[in-house]
Amino acid sequence: MSVGILTLIVLALAVVGFFVGRSRAMSSVGGDARKLHSLPGYYGQTVSLFTAVPAFALMALWLFVQPMVIDARIVGQLGPQIAEDATASKLAMEDVSRIASGLDALQAARGMTNEEMRDMRADFSDIRGRLAEVGVALGSEVNPQIFEMAKDYRIMQARGAMMMSVLVLAAAAAGFVVALRRIHGEFRARNVSETFVRWLLIASAGVAILTTIGIVMSLMSETIRFFGMYPIADFFLGFTWNPQFRGGSDLGLIPLLWGTLYISFVSMVVAVPIGIFAAIYTAEYAPPKVRAVVKPVIELIAGIPTVVFGLFALVTVGPFLRDYIAMPLGLGNSGSSVMTAGLVIGVLNIPFISSLTDDIINAVPQSMRDGSYGLGATKSETIRKVVLPAALPGIVGAILLAASRAIGETMIVTMGAGAAAKLGLNPFEAMTTITVKIVSQLTGDIAFDAPETLVAFALGMTLFVITLCLNIFALWIVRKYREQYE
Amino acid sequence: MTDISPTSADAPKPKAHGSLLEATPLMKRRNAAEKRFHAYGIAAIVVALLTLTVMLFTIIRDGHSAFYQATMTFPVTIDAAVVDKTGSGDVAEMSKVTTIGYARILGESLVKYLADEGLVVEGMTDKEITDMISKDAPARLRDRVLADPSLVGQTVTVDAFTGGRVDGYFKGRVTREIAERDSNVTVTQLDMADLMEEAGVLRSKFNWSFITAPDASDLRPEAAGLGVALLGTLYMMLLTFIFTLPIGVAASIYLEEFAPKNRLTDLIEVNISNLAAVPSIVYGILGLAIFINFAGLPSSAPLVGALVLTLMTLPTIIIATRAAIRAVPPSIRDAALGVGASKMQTVVHHVLPLAAPGILTGTILGLASAAGETGPLLLIGMVAFVTNYPASPLDGGFLDPASALPVQVYSWASRSDPAFIERSSGAIIVLLIFLFFMNALAIVLRRRFERRW
Repeated sequence: MSVGILTLIVLALAVVGFFVGRSRAMSSVGGDARKLHSLPGYYGQTVSLFTAVPAFALMALWLFVQPMVIDARIVGQLGPQIAEDATASKLAMEDVSRIASGLDALQAARGMTNEEMRDMRADFSDIRGRLAEVGVALGSEVNPQIFEMAKDYRIMQARGAMMMSVLVLAAAAAGFVVALRRIHGEFRARNVSETFVRWLLIASAGVAILTTIGIVMSLMSETIRFFGMYPIADFFLGFTWNPQFRGGSDLGLIPLLWGTLYISFVSMVVAVPIGIFAAIYTAEYAPPKVRAVVKPVIELIAGIPTVVFGLFALVTVGPFLRDYIAMPLGLGNSGSSVMTAGLVIGVLNIPFISSLTDDIINAVPQSMRDGSYGLGATKSETIRKVVLPAALPGIVGAILLAASRAIGETMIVTMGAGAAAKLGLNPFEAMTTITVKIVSQLTGDIAFDAPETLVAFALGMTLFVITLCLNIFALWIVRKYREQYE
Repeated sequence: MTDISPTSADAPKPKAHGSLLEATPLMKRRNAAEKRFHAYGIAAIVVALLTLTVMLFTIIRDGHSAFYQATMTFPVTIDAAVVDKTGSGDVAEMSKVTTIGYARILGESLVKYLADEGLVVEGMTDKEITDMISKDAPARLRDRVLADPSLVGQTVTVDAFTGGRVDGYFKGRVTREIAERDSNVTVTQLDMADLMEEAGVLRSKFNWSFITAPDASDLRPEAAGLGVALLGTLYMMLLTFIFTLPIGVAASIYLEEFAPKNRLTDLIEVNISNLAAVPSIVYGILGLAIFINFAGLPSSAPLVGALVLTLMTLPTIIIATRAAIRAVPPSIRDAALGVGASKMQTVVHHVLPLAAPGILTGTILGLASAAGETGPLLLIGMVAFVTNYPASPLDGGFLDPASALPVQVYSWASRSDPAFIERSSGAIIVLLIFLFFMNALAIVLRRRFERRW
């Protein structure tokens, strides 16, 4: 039974539960709703909740755990030598699951019975040829042991799905019956269902905490494994980044960190003045009609996906800078460069800084401006000497948030900054960043036991810690500032 | 002493009666500074808007041509001796003929047709003519014949794409100078293309398959389409919506209406504002480590993409939803509580319906930003080359490999053939139209249902 159908059955049961619960409550008091503790609907609601929620929770848990259990049992069959070698067992598992899905397709295409499938033998039948017919291409002839495991895998999967269906339906039915049996006229259905819902609300709010725990755990565990293979000091203090496929890589953080900070610096040089002046103009100078047009249009920039900026950097900005600035000045001949990525990230961050700054400037009380005008100051003097100093903490917060975004930006640097890890000062040279290397180490074929892959988690951890510190600091400043005028 | 002007120190000679109509040098300086400051503000706005315009302009300039494709229209006789050797008309038997057979039919038909029409270029070999047809056209003809076996032996009119280079010639990407150095196209082929265009055999047609067809390999840019990516994005948006809306609303209701002021609540709040600022790539690492490596879900699957996007957008959606709930005035709650409603009834019957437009607007805007997200999807394998459409959701399509619009933009941009830059920009146009409609929906919802208290 597929997950979709199972979901529909449980939902249907919950709907039925609602009506059955309500009518049972009504009949228990002889059809006089005034004698009930709660409104009749609440009795139905209790039954629905007790039917659906535990069943769905069980289903989600089962779907999460089942693949792990099956994988562990299949790997156990491989024998101790392969099972201990993470790469080999992973490769074997991939073969197993590919053959298993091929067998599924074969069964569907030929209408074979389960008995026929069981009798298939890798050493007698031409499995590779047959699988190729249904569109599953295998690299080599099928190893009989792997083939038997693939058959086991399918059986276990089918058995697991069967067990899940039975258990989920049993849970739904049990919840249904238990909730229904509790119903009588005095039953405090509203209190019960409201408490139930409240726990659901708390669980939803807990997702935020779970996400953080998930991020920290997944980064931490792999980072620790990485430092088990690669010395921690060489990572943080290494000046060369040179991953090799066959081991013996140099995985030094410094060149990546330098590229990240350099590009972020260039982007801030662009974004901070333009963003702040744009905010000053929209908040203080622009007539209401102009403001009503300009502000949303600038914020439009923030709604454009970063990959669009990435393509802009790759196709337009990079070649322009190379042909008209870098080459004539003899500074380099690379389209992707620190300048390219920095400028484009700067543009991306303009609306971010300007809209935050605009809010902060608007929060400065009008009385302060009036006081300044009363002393004969011009508008610009008022802004420079009164409004901006009052708004400064908030603006600094906005700038820090923008810096954290620039540091964590991925697509623009992937497409516009280049892939060469270099330590240099020439902004027209290609450099690379932490995020670029996370992407390049974690895409394509990856092996979870090589330091070259695991280093991405250490890089992710570094990125997470840097941006987290910046964010906490920025939010603290913004919050502290807000307290002054509210 | 009352009439001493503060500017007297700088002024060359204080006048007895300083006129307000006549500016002093200091006043001139101050006014100039004022003008400069004003100009800086305007300059900043102009720079920002100009960049936006240039960016959109270059993308539309590069991308609009992806929707048009040079197409040859000519009659093809489907030779039964090639496609149906046994003459049985049995589809299973016919499907043994690969695209190579159909390529021969197409090539021979085109050579013959051009000769009949008198379109001849001096010194052009038959192979050069055949090579003008897209490598994708035989596969499409094969699908057409297999879907309708009665076509065998008949003469049908075929619309076939030209190869990417000939198409590029009409779009101005490929010139004769380039063709001389390019091994994939010859100058004679371009001459022939000109002749064919004059004769009306070759025309630029709207290319629906750019929107519907799956991705194609490096050698066939003319056949590459967005079908799989659009379906993938659609699946992911659907799932993300299903996941984020209930969780986001429930979490916001709890935090706004029920949460006691204590350490745990503070922790959750700080957590949410920090999660909203975590770089998106970190969510990709999370998805890779937990959903793929730990839980064993398949990579490239829309379900995994949706889970990652859900975790990523939940904080922003919770922040927007809380603002919408907070905007409902307390008097509504007091009135409900006053007539004996429970706290939960107050929230469900009164606060939520009033906050619903704001909640939906926030959710749609959050989804729109998730739809353009690329980095995390790269890490969970959505950049893989997928040419099969994912199955329908009821057949487990959420677990089939798929791509996504922004990822397709990236993967095309990183291919070497410049024809893919056109495709990539075209994909951005589709993506921006998609986002435009989502945002427009949010604005309409807000305009129509927003209530001012």
